[in-house]
This record gives sequence, C-alpha cells and structure tokens, in this order.
Amino acid sequence: MSVPPVEIHDVTVAYHRKPVLWDIDLVVPEGKLVGVIGPNGAGKTTLIKAVLGLVPLASGKVEIYGHPYANQRHLVGYVPQRESVDWDFPVTVLDVVLMGTYGRLGWCRRPGRAERELARQCLEQVGMASLTDRQIRQLSGGQQQRVFLARSLAQDAQIYFMDEPLAGVDAATERAIVELLQELRQRGKTVIVVHHDLQTVRRYFDHVILLNMRLVACGPTETTFTPEALKETYGGRLTILDEAAEAVRRGEGVT
Amino acid sequence: MISLGIAQKVMIGTSLLGTVAGLVGSYGVLRRRALVGDMLAHAALPGICLAFLIGVALQPALQARFGTDLALGRNILVLLAGALTTGLLGMGIVTLVCRWTRTKEDAAIGIVLSTFFGGGIVLLSVIRRLPVPDKSGLATYLFGQATSMLWHDIYVIACVSAVCLLVLCALHKEFKLLSFDPDFARSQGWPTTLLDLVMMGALTIVTVVGLPVVGVVLMAALIILPGAAARFWTERLGRMMVISAAIGAATGVVGTWASAGGGLPAGPIIVVCGATLFLFSVVFAPRRGLLSRLIHTWRLRRKTARENLLRTLYELSEPDLPKRRPIAIGAVRQHRAWSKGVFGWVIRSALHSGLITRTGDQLQLTAAGLARAVQVTRKHRLWELYLIQGAGIAADHVDRDADSIEHLLTPAIVRRLEGQLAEVGRLPGVPDVPQSPHELAAAEVEDAHG
Repeated sequence: MSVPPVEIHDVTVAYHRKPVLWDIDLVVPEGKLVGVIGPNGAGKTTLIKAVLGLVPLASGKVEIYGHPYANQRHLVGYVPQRESVDWDFPVTVLDVVLMGTYGRLGWCRRPGRAERELARQCLEQVGMASLTDRQIRQLSGGQQQRVFLARSLAQDAQIYFMDEPLAGVDAATERAIVELLQELRQRGKTVIVVHHDLQTVRRYFDHVILLNMRLVACGPTETTFTPEALKETYGGRLTILDEAAEAVRRGEGVT
Repeated sequence: MISLGIAQKVMIGTSLLGTVAGLVGSYGVLRRRALVGDMLAHAALPGICLAFLIGVALQPALQARFGTDLALGRNILVLLAGALTTGLLGMGIVTLVCRWTRTKEDAAIGIVLSTFFGGGIVLLSVIRRLPVPDKSGLATYLFGQATSMLWHDIYVIACVSAVCLLVLCALHKEFKLLSFDPDFARSQGWPTTLLDLVMMGALTIVTVVGLPVVGVVLMAALIILPGAAARFWTERLGRMMVISAAIGAATGVVGTWASAGGGLPAGPIIVVCGATLFLFSVVFAPRRGLLSRLIHTWRLRRKTARENLLRTLYELSEPDLPKRRPIAIGAVRQHRAWSKGVFGWVIRSALHSGLITRTGDQLQLTAAGLARAVQVTRKHRLWELYLIQGAGIAADHVDRDADSIEHLLTPAIVRRLEGQLAEVGRLPGVPDVPQSPHELAAAEVEDAHG
C-alpha cells in the first residue's frame, strides 16, 4: 500500500493547557474529498491548524506522505477561515493570490511574470478573472472566499486543507466551489474540508471525519455518515470530557 | 558639504528621519502596533539618563587610561545605546505582563510607558543637581532639538535609514504576507516570529534615532501620522509606503524650515505639520475621505428623492397616460413625508435638470422626465413583484420595503429580477410598466387632477 497523504497519530491539542482535541488518530486516503464534520467547538479548525503546525501539539505526531509537515510544506495548500484576516488591508486580489507562490519563491525574491500568469490562471479557475485588480475590501463574502481558494491553487499542492470554504457564501459561489473541489479530486489531489452543513455532506464528500473533541468516526461517507454516528457526534458534548478539560485548565495554579 | 548652512544640514537630517519613520510606521499602523512606538520612545528616557551617568562615572578612569577626554556622556551613540536598552526592556516587560498576568496589552503598554517615563524624569532631575559637565544636553531629549544636530548625528540617521530601507525592500514580500495573514505565512514555513522581530527591530531603531530630533514625548507621532495619513490615499501597500515616506520627509522639511525661520522648536512643528497633513487626508482623500463620503451620501439622497418625486408624479398621472397631465403640488406632497425644505429642494433640483416643469402650483413631467419616471416606476414595481413572489411579503407591505432598496438596484440586478419574474410567468410585457401590485390611493389620484 502506498503512503497515505495524511496520518495523524494520537494527537492531543491544548489551548492554555485546556485540551480541545483528545487522542485523534486517523488516516486520510489519497485522492478523496474529505469532510470534517462536527458541532461548534468540536475542534475542527484546531485539527487543521495542528496538522499545519500552527498550534503546538501536546502529544502525538502528524505525517504528510510519511514525513513531518516541516519537510512537506510544498505539498500542502491552505485556505484559512475568511474572517481570520483584515479585508481592509491595502492589497489587490492579484496580490493576495500571488501570496500562494511566496513559499516556492523563497527569501527576498519577488513574484515575476510567471507567477503573475499562474495567479491569473488560478483566478480564472475560480471565476474571478475580471476582478484581478480590485481592492479586496470591495469584494463580497463569496468573492473573498474565491480569492482565498485561488491563492491555495497558486500553491500548486497535493493536499489541500480548507477551513469552512462554504460558510456564508451565496448559492452560485457554493456550486462553483464544489465543482472546483471535485475537479481537484479528479486531478488526484486530496482535499480536506471543514464543513458545517449536514444536508450536503453526502452529496459533496467521499470520506468524512466526525469530530467532537475526540474522533467519533472516520471513513467512507456511505458507511460512516450514519444517523447513529451523527447522534454520537452532535448528541450533546461528552460532559465529563468537558469537565476534565476545565479541571486541567484550572489546575494551572495548583501544579 | 561644509558650505551647507545649519538649516540645510538639519533639513537633511529631519527629512531622512521623516522618510524612514514613514516607512516603518506604515507597518506599525497596519499591524495595529502604533502604540509600541510611543512606548519605546518614553521607555528610552531612563536609558538615556543611565547611559549619561555611566559615561560620567567612567570618565576619570578612561581619562587616566587613554589620556584624552572621550566625553562619553555627550556621545550620541552611547546615549542611544542606553535608550535602546531600556526601550527593549520595556517592550519585554509588556510581553511578559500580558502573558503572565492576563493584563490586556493596552493596559500593559500604558503602565510600562508611564512608569519608565516617570523614572526617566526622576533621573533627569537628579542629574541636574550633579556637578557634571554637558548635563544640559539631556533635557533636550524631552522635546528634541533639531538645530543642535551635528554631522555626526546626521551620519547616524543616514546609516540607520539606509539599513532600514535595505531591509524593508528586501523583505517587502515577507512583511506584506506577515502583516496580512500570519497564519498562512507560518503554514508556508516562514519564520514569523523572526520576521516580526526584524520588523519591530526596525521600528525600535528608527524611534531611538529620532529621539534627539523630535524628543521622547513626540517621537511616536512621527511614526504614526505619516502611515495613518497615507492609508487614505491608496489601496496598495507599496504606494502607501511611498506616500507615507513622502509625508514624513515633507513634515521634516517644513518643521525645520519653520524652526530656522521663526525660531520655533522643530520637533513640535514637525508633529503639528504631520497632524495637519493627516487631517487634510481624512477630509479630502478621494473615496476614503470624509468629504468624498459626504458627497456620495448626498448624491444618493438626491437621487432617491428625485426618483420618488418622479414615481409619485407618474402614479398620479397614470390614468391619463400617455397624456402628461399637470399635477397639483399639494397632491404630490400628500404622498411623500418630506419636510417643506426638502420638498422645495427636490422640486428645484428636478426643475433644474429639466425633468419637470412648473406652472403656478401645478407640476408636469417633461418628455425626458416621463421616460425617467417610467424606468423608475418599472424598477419599483418589479422589485415589489419580486418581494411578493420570492420573499412572500404581503402586498400591502411591499411599498415601504421596495422604497428603501430600489434606488440601489443596479441594471444587472434589474435584469436578473426580470429573468426571475419571467421564469414564473410574472414578467409584464417589456417595456410596459407593470400594474402596481397594490391599490394606489385612488381618491388622491383623482384629487390631483382637480
């Protein structure tokens, strides 16, 4: 069997010593559209950030194609939550998309004609070619989301991590984005998407990760996305887990 | 070089300082770190005093060793090293206080700033009573004294400017990414903490170098004002930095010129000049400026009022169309909740644009006015139909709802509106105006022709 694109071994993540993810252990198969599903505060965003090394792991390890993330960055594309940046920042749409090429460019090299051309192509793929020189403040929510997607396309990766790319976008944008995700899958990419709309999970994803502070289930959508599993994911937080986390947080003064 | 007068010499120094302060200040403003500069400057004062004291204390020993007076207490580099030390110490304390005591950053900055500054003032008054030479120079660090600048000081500023310029140019792409989306930067493997340190380091050095010129109290203004003003004029980071640098340089030149000509203190003049440019930007900048936004709002209100007048006239004369009947002003007023002043203004503006004519107290649409009124009424009714069809809003409520939105509908949205209504078979024949989906006040319509 070939090396899986993402392997998460016993990962626990804590914010200010309060654990938010407990012992996550899963393998993502290659070339699938994977949905990360769970209620608010289930740790979906944290899981992605843990894989990308943006939050420290309390324990466990993550492997991208069998190696630590630090050695495999060039294989990974990232779409953060739209609200995570200041959209009044003085840059244009093209500037933002070009940022996807910065990792490849390395220190001190400016993006040149080749990068610009690539960025324009990526914008075309998300249907934003006509807005290249627009200031990002003037974009609608759906357009901002497309800009972020185009930026990740410019990273030219094998695995994509996307944090709620379908949150707060209009119907037309949602259709366009889903088509794009499917196209990425066709080209053999692995796409991991944090998703909040349960109604569309079956239609959009081959594979699901059900999360609620711990891993509830992970597997092909048909067999994993069952009413029982959903009930377990959403049926109230595990109160003892919550209380234990709180106890750990409060323990900071005692220990 | 030697032939330059004092004023020109000082001008070179202040404009260089303004330029580089504008550049690093742009990032400070964009990253909401503007207060850091203020804290650094204030926290530098005790460092300057301590460096002076140490220099004075070492004086006899050094003189015995080297045989000459090194005048350490007067050496700008020694004093600036002291400023840098306590400035960074203050910054470190802010970080630690935030992390360990859950004090918020603004409170921590306020505490450290005033504590260090207070300590500095105490040291200053202690030094004033000591029987040592050169002590009067220290007091100038409070508000700065550009006119006492030596070539030596200008070399220091020039070197710092050159290094900062080099770093900012080389790392423009990295700093842009770090400022816009630090998480994404980290996911790409950029050492964001290191980049942040370099950026803040540049800010620190520039602040410290500016202290002898502008003084610890006012230095922050030189860092913040150009960047904040430049933000109003452009939507591109590169241009913003260039504009910011230009504003910084301009304030330096004007400040020096005013102080040389009028004997006014350069530092405060530089700051007042920067504030004036900032105010000018706030008011007059295109798009982001207050005036431009006011004009935009005013235009929109005029358009709204005029469209409402045209639609009212259209609806009142609708029974007799295509004949354009004169309508009594009183009838029009009944339909619109306008004050007398606004009503007069709307009518004057419509008369001026040739949309209506007035004879006595009768108003009549002109041919152009009718064409415009048809468009406006059509848009209004299409939107009403859409609200009833698509949003399920009751027919007798749509008038008010439509009123608030229809003036903002773009031609593209109107076309899509038509498409949607055509799909459900409710699009009235083009180019006719659809029937109003709700009763118009029939009695008033008749009144109007009386």
